[in-house]
Amino acid sequence: MLACIADDIREKAWRGFKGRKWQEDINVREFIQNNYTMYDGDESFLAKPTEATDYLWSRLQELQKEERARGGVLDCETEVVSSLTAYGPGYIDESKKELEQVVGLQTDKPLKRAFMPFGGIKMADQAASTYGYQINPELRKIFTDYHKTHNQAVFDAYTPEMKRARHNHVITGLPDTYGRGRIVGDYRRVALYGLDYLIKMKEKDLFYCGGRNMSEEHIRLREEIAEQIRALRGMKKMAEIYGFDISEPAKNAKEAVQWLYFGYLAAIKTQNGAAMSVGRISTFLDIYIQRDLDEGNLTESQAQELIDHLVLKFRMVKFARIPSYNELFSGDPVWVTLEMAGIGMDGRHMVTKTDYRFLHTLENMGPAPEPNLTVLYSPRLPETFKKYAAHISVTTSSIQYENDCVMRPMWGDDYSICCCVSATQTGKEIQFFGARANLAKCLNYALNGGVDIKTREQVGPEITRPVGEYLDYRDVRKKFNDMMSWLVELYVNTLNLIHYMHDKYYYEAAEMALIDTYTRRTFATGIAGFSHVVDSLSAIKYAKVKPIRDEDGLIVDYEIEGDFPRYGNDDERADEIAIWLLKAFMKKVREHHTYRNSEPTTSILTITSNVVYGKATGATPDGRKAGAPFAPGANPAYGAEKNGLLASLNSVAKLPYEYALDGISNTQTISPDALGHTEAERVDNLWHILDGYFTKGAHHLNVNVFGVEKLKDCMEHPEKPEYANFTIRVSGYAVKFIDLTREQQLDVISRTEHKVM
Amino acid sequence: MLTGRVHSTESFGSVDGPGVRFVIFMQGCLMRCRYCHNADTWNPNGGTEYTADELLDRAVRYRDYWGDRGGITVSGGEPLLQAEFLLELFKKAKQRKINTCLDTSGQPFTREEPFFSLFERLCEVTDLLLVDIKHIDCGAHRALTGRGNGNILDMLRYLSDAEKPVWIRHVLVPGVTDDDEVLRRTRAFLDTLSNVRRVEVLPYHSMGAYKWQELGFQYTLNDTQPPTAERINNAKAILRAE
Repeated sequence: MLACIADDIREKAWRGFKGRKWQEDINVREFIQNNYTMYDGDESFLAKPTEATDYLWSRLQELQKEERARGGVLDCETEVVSSLTAYGPGYIDESKKELEQVVGLQTDKPLKRAFMPFGGIKMADQAASTYGYQINPELRKIFTDYHKTHNQAVFDAYTPEMKRARHNHVITGLPDTYGRGRIVGDYRRVALYGLDYLIKMKEKDLFYCGGRNMSEEHIRLREEIAEQIRALRGMKKMAEIYGFDISEPAKNAKEAVQWLYFGYLAAIKTQNGAAMSVGRISTFLDIYIQRDLDEGNLTESQAQELIDHLVLKFRMVKFARIPSYNELFSGDPVWVTLEMAGIGMDGRHMVTKTDYRFLHTLENMGPAPEPNLTVLYSPRLPETFKKYAAHISVTTSSIQYENDCVMRPMWGDDYSICCCVSATQTGKEIQFFGARANLAKCLNYALNGGVDIKTREQVGPEITRPVGEYLDYRDVRKKFNDMMSWLVELYVNTLNLIHYMHDKYYYEAAEMALIDTYTRRTFATGIAGFSHVVDSLSAIKYAKVKPIRDEDGLIVDYEIEGDFPRYGNDDERADEIAIWLLKAFMKKVREHHTYRNSEPTTSILTITSNVVYGKATGATPDGRKAGAPFAPGANPAYGAEKNGLLASLNSVAKLPYEYALDGISNTQTISPDALGHTEAERVDNLWHILDGYFTKGAHHLNVNVFGVEKLKDCMEHPEKPEYANFTIRVSGYAVKFIDLTREQQLDVISRTEHKVM
Repeated sequence: MLTGRVHSTESFGSVDGPGVRFVIFMQGCLMRCRYCHNADTWNPNGGTEYTADELLDRAVRYRDYWGDRGGITVSGGEPLLQAEFLLELFKKAKQRKINTCLDTSGQPFTREEPFFSLFERLCEVTDLLLVDIKHIDCGAHRALTGRGNGNILDMLRYLSDAEKPVWIRHVLVPGVTDDDEVLRRTRAFLDTLSNVRRVEVLPYHSMGAYKWQELGFQYTLNDTQPPTAERINNAKAILRAE
């Protein structure tokens, strides 16, 4: 047995809990499997918001309104470098702080953005100045002259070719100007074990690390473990500032929620990663809530209040971002991704009452983009739960679905979603996030001998250009394949370099402290412009594509004669090109060394960056005009879908998840009238769609249920109160529609809306 | 091999029968309803020819989405103009255990042979019929669609006697089909039937008007607006005898 957790403490904190392995080692999954209570009933048990919830939420909405009125930022730190203990306690409303069941803010004031220079002082500086704040010059000097930051380190090491590819956006969205994010600490450990035990375990790891063989790898790891232990001690101090001692395990539901949140708060105080997921916490928390309910120490109303207040905190996570970041990821997202449901390895479903409680926050406090609520879907989930989730989709458009049936065999039954859609084993694994390669641009390079048509620079290798009046499929495919080999090599090397520097200068100590020391690592790459490459190759193969050349002989546009099959119609001819493209790309990625022996994966997801990527890319042979937005993620191209929603879904479902383990994102908007005559019909039809799509082996679906008219009205009248929280799903996350740029709003409006024929 | 003329298919139908359905729009219709939003399905010589198996092979690609209630719906155009093909299609669908739904105006119905025995056999392999009552008054029906409604109401009587379940659908066009008296007479007729499982009110919309122009036809409802929510609720209340 453990020496570190005293018997009396265990008896108190772990009273009634079953199972043994998790008591003898850090093993949250085992704890969950031994102790959770399946729930098969419906939503009728759920409680309304308490007065405290109503008050705090209305107060937060006032602050959000003020934030928008000030151009998107309410307040910004200029004097204090963010750390675990940089601030005293902060509350939503200082005068009513006793109302907050869950406490802890990133800074001393709600929605105030912290100063986080370690990713890059230039960016931190620019983020502040964009919104009219000036960083203390002394701080600027320190992080410019005395302390190197991640961004500077990366640019020190970049090769000229890397800079050129980056500048020309053929590799794009790289985490060299912002934190890579996507590392999910197992925040549940704080609640289950308390910090003293976690510190002891890390000390043990440090003790045994490298004693026999002090290689560079071990030296680095020893330093990292030491950083982790420092972060854990910092977490304890941070909690003390709020009057809590988290050295011991949580003894009840309220403490469990609070302890877990402190773990997460440590992450968001020290990292402004692109995605800061909180992970799979719902089933875990339900165990504590259920125990308190059974013991008569908690009412349903109090249980809901705890979850509501935790979600309130997740709705408040903010980072200071630079304008170029906001262009990529519009609407100020932070991806507080939170998962529920799924099926266990033993076949039991993992739906609990707390899954309902999390979904119910969207009713108690209205729709919101954060947290990024994710249902791990299986046709075998209880019908009652499927119906409730579908009901929440139909009424709020705020949640997403991911296929547990394809993820479970790969990641087990305790994975979290570490960004918008990417799975990662909670506490066992980290991911190196790698943005994406612009394959549509790569195709253009293949056709223009490596020259970028926008900048006229020779970016790729100078290969021979196609000759003749029409493009020849075999010739183009060969050229494209060669160009993709060049691009993938450069891309992987660039990422290797970025992650090396990120580990060195912006190490995620607080998150890594809550992950196993000997962790598995994945290396995520990504594809942008997917459907345009597929349709382009299909056009060249099945129609006649005539390149239009300028005076320099460079192709600037294309004329297509005849019809051709497009991806998104359940047409094998186009869909097999899509499958080939994904497999070819992934096979090339696997050929290269990846940093720290990580396992390479790829994704087809673009977030809202499809607009920016498209802008930087010339015309493509599928008929897409120069500068026009790409289709987001793995979505078929705009206007390509001619056979209705299910044909489109079938096409996307054909992409093999095994080749895109980082995720295949699909976003669909269905008009309410097309989904059914009544609310009950809409709900029923929606979960049948989900059943079908995921039975086909698809990975992910964002579901929006509203008409184009509503979007148009919202764009023209953002001031209407009903639009203040009007949330829509875009590729990979949810966003308030009024927070998108007009360009992105128009892009969303122009996308296919599936409606009645 | 027997083929049918098909205007188009839709992989996701959710408002033409129960559940999620694959909808086949047949080509050809003899009615000329003034509000028709699929005027491009009128010409009986248009469309593409398919065999029953070709269509069903396509439909079953969506079976995973259907659950217990979904299936296929044949709409149009007027499917009963191709009754022989329809019979083959539904027979084969039943062999594949697919739920079948027929969306018809009833216009080709007659108790004369050879149609009638075909129709009787078709009913055996049809799970549900969606039948439009465009107007209860024969004269007004003729004015609206170019044809009388005698045989259509007769078909509904036959289906009632045969205990074949139907959903009744009524397109609500302000000033044309939304008069309270018309709605009450329609309800009175429905009261004589024993097989009506549901009554649906479909609000008129002008989204198909552009097709008339493309085809060179004169659209006569340009000044007609979609019905108000109040009129829709009124129609529902009367037609469903709520």
